[in-house]
Amino acid sequence: MRQFMKYFSASFLFISMVITSSIAIAADYKVGFIYIGPPGDHGWNYQHDVGRKAVDEAFGDKVETVFQENVPESADAERVMTQMALSGADMIFATSFGYMEPVLNVAKKFPKVKFEHATGYMTADNVSTYSARFYEGRTVAGHIAGKMTKSNTIGYVASYPIPEVVRGINSAYLAAKKANPNVEFKVIWIFTWYDPAKEADAAKTLISQGADVILQHVDSSAIMTVAEEAGVYAFGQASDMSAFGPNAHLTAIINGWAPYYVKKVKQGMDGTWKGAEQTFDGIGAGMVIIGPLSDKIPDSVKKEAMEIRDGIASGTLHSFTGPINKQDGSPWLKAGETADMGTLLGMNFYVEGIEGDIPQ
Amino acid sequence: MFKLIPRENVSPVLSLLGPLFSVGLTMIVGGILFYFLGVDPFAAIKMIFWDPLMSETFSTYSIPQIFIKGAPLILIALGLSVGFKANVWNIGAEGQYIMGAIFGASFALSLYPLESIVIFPAMILIGVIGGCLWSMIPAFLKVKFQVNEILVSLMLVYVAEQILALASLGFLRNPDGAGFPGSRNLNQYTSASNAEIIAGTGIHLGVLLSFLMVIFFYVLLFRHSLGFKIKLLGNSPKASGFSGDNPNKLIFLCLTLSGSLAGLAGIMEVAGPAGQINIDFNVGYGFTAIIVAFLGRLNPIGIFFAGIVMALTYVGGELTQFMLNLPAAAIQVFQGMLLFFLLSFDLFVHYKIKLKGNK
Repeated sequence: MRQFMKYFSASFLFISMVITSSIAIAADYKVGFIYIGPPGDHGWNYQHDVGRKAVDEAFGDKVETVFQENVPESADAERVMTQMALSGADMIFATSFGYMEPVLNVAKKFPKVKFEHATGYMTADNVSTYSARFYEGRTVAGHIAGKMTKSNTIGYVASYPIPEVVRGINSAYLAAKKANPNVEFKVIWIFTWYDPAKEADAAKTLISQGADVILQHVDSSAIMTVAEEAGVYAFGQASDMSAFGPNAHLTAIINGWAPYYVKKVKQGMDGTWKGAEQTFDGIGAGMVIIGPLSDKIPDSVKKEAMEIRDGIASGTLHSFTGPINKQDGSPWLKAGETADMGTLLGMNFYVEGIEGDIPQ
Repeated sequence: MFKLIPRENVSPVLSLLGPLFSVGLTMIVGGILFYFLGVDPFAAIKMIFWDPLMSETFSTYSIPQIFIKGAPLILIALGLSVGFKANVWNIGAEGQYIMGAIFGASFALSLYPLESIVIFPAMILIGVIGGCLWSMIPAFLKVKFQVNEILVSLMLVYVAEQILALASLGFLRNPDGAGFPGSRNLNQYTSASNAEIIAGTGIHLGVLLSFLMVIFFYVLLFRHSLGFKIKLLGNSPKASGFSGDNPNKLIFLCLTLSGSLAGLAGIMEVAGPAGQINIDFNVGYGFTAIIVAFLGRLNPIGIFFAGIVMALTYVGGELTQFMLNLPAAAIQVFQGMLLFFLLSFDLFVHYKIKLKGNK
């Protein structure tokens, strides 16, 4: 068929262009992905695209994957997904929180298409959600940060004040405080997921305020570059960013979507996929991966970090284990008690010891 | 090396051919770009301009979508064109669009869950006022202190974006939204919903208004003395002064009119297709409308078609992205070329080129 097409288009270019686009060479199963930014961000979108490529690799010709980058979290998302569904997509992965309402609207119109929405909280018969326990990774990073800081000041570049980000700050802070009781956190909110210039500015500000380790919950590698120039440490976000700061890069909290995507597409193909499911996996399931540890980290700290990682993976350790007070001093978790899912998913408060307010 | 000499007689035919020429040249140069990106240029061009309108798979959905996407572009461009004719440059329609949406949505949400038929019309009015007020800032500064309206209106876009973030995270945040940013969905609030007026198409009141405004502006510009005064101000400010017009009044009017229209587009969008105030509510209509206004020759009818063509490049451009793996940036370059070629064509229509030294 393909040979024929090639020959055909060579001789009758104009006619063939009408035909090639109306007769799609159909794979058995079509999976669409929509990204909030470019897959070239080396962060959030990049890792989703790694997951997409894993699907390509796992199923070969049986599955066709398509993607659309830079899809705004607005009415445009609804149109993009509708067009994907119309083009014959069997499953669509919507990989940003703000696609929630558009996903539900489109899902209503296409009951046969299966939707997977990242980091949302609303489901339907043909909409499931998935998210990763990034905060588990931040416990490991927080511990390393607490041990590595000399100024006892850790900077944190945060995106939007949503529960996921607040959870990460709290988790990193608790671990850092445990590793180093003198540690202090400085948080800058920049209200964007991806803006290299703003991210770099925030990092510079934190460094000028004395931070010598920077954590980030924004997507680009700009902070790593700034940290490298300033001679301070930083952590890769979403993917390994050591290429951008070979000396600065301590480790990375890597988003491992690939196993989940492959599993879900397989379920979709053999009919075992279920809607209205909410997946929230962490280090144990491989959805959060701790990247290689830098040689700058002393062996003892490396060992502790790996113990924390393995403890979380096996379930013997929880990032939020009491006693923990809220920022205002009111008790949250009693000694030995661990945080329940509901509080974590809606977390909108700092734990005791973090200064400043969450923007409202 | 070269010298540009204004032509004494500008051919009206050529000037009308400009948009067609620029669309054609964009197709060719864009096609070459697509080719080097490894995408079949014929298939890509066809998918952008043809498939959304004609393909069996997509057209039923995409044709109304083109009007929906085109409506805010047309509304904003109409307002801008009036100012552009008078040499008044409102570059900040994006900010006025945001403020229209915030004003209207704030009003409606402050009444939630009260149901009443007056909420929707009042919300539209307040949205228009919101856009208008935001444009009054550059208007006032321009008229009173001769501050450059281009800079002020543009800078106010960034201020409006910050207010939008504030609204999404603070005063308009959905109390039932589990702590996530974003307001309540206006589509789920019957009295404030800009619901579709043709079932199943998504066509909403804003689309209808964009059609009506085309007619209104046509009358205003070509059948009303105000249109003449505006053109006079643009072509010859001195003559405009001699004829007894107050240029400051006209400047103020041009800016606030375009602000109001942008506000209208904003409230229509937030209550309709977007549904809610959110941090990423604005997607650049206010800037793209500038291209639309010029592509439409600052003529209401032209703007209508330009808006549709621009919407087509969005809807079709999306198709090429996931069907042919064309990067999003390539489509943006494609859209930018439209304006670039139009402006360069205009240059040759309005000027002769002479080699220096050659008399």
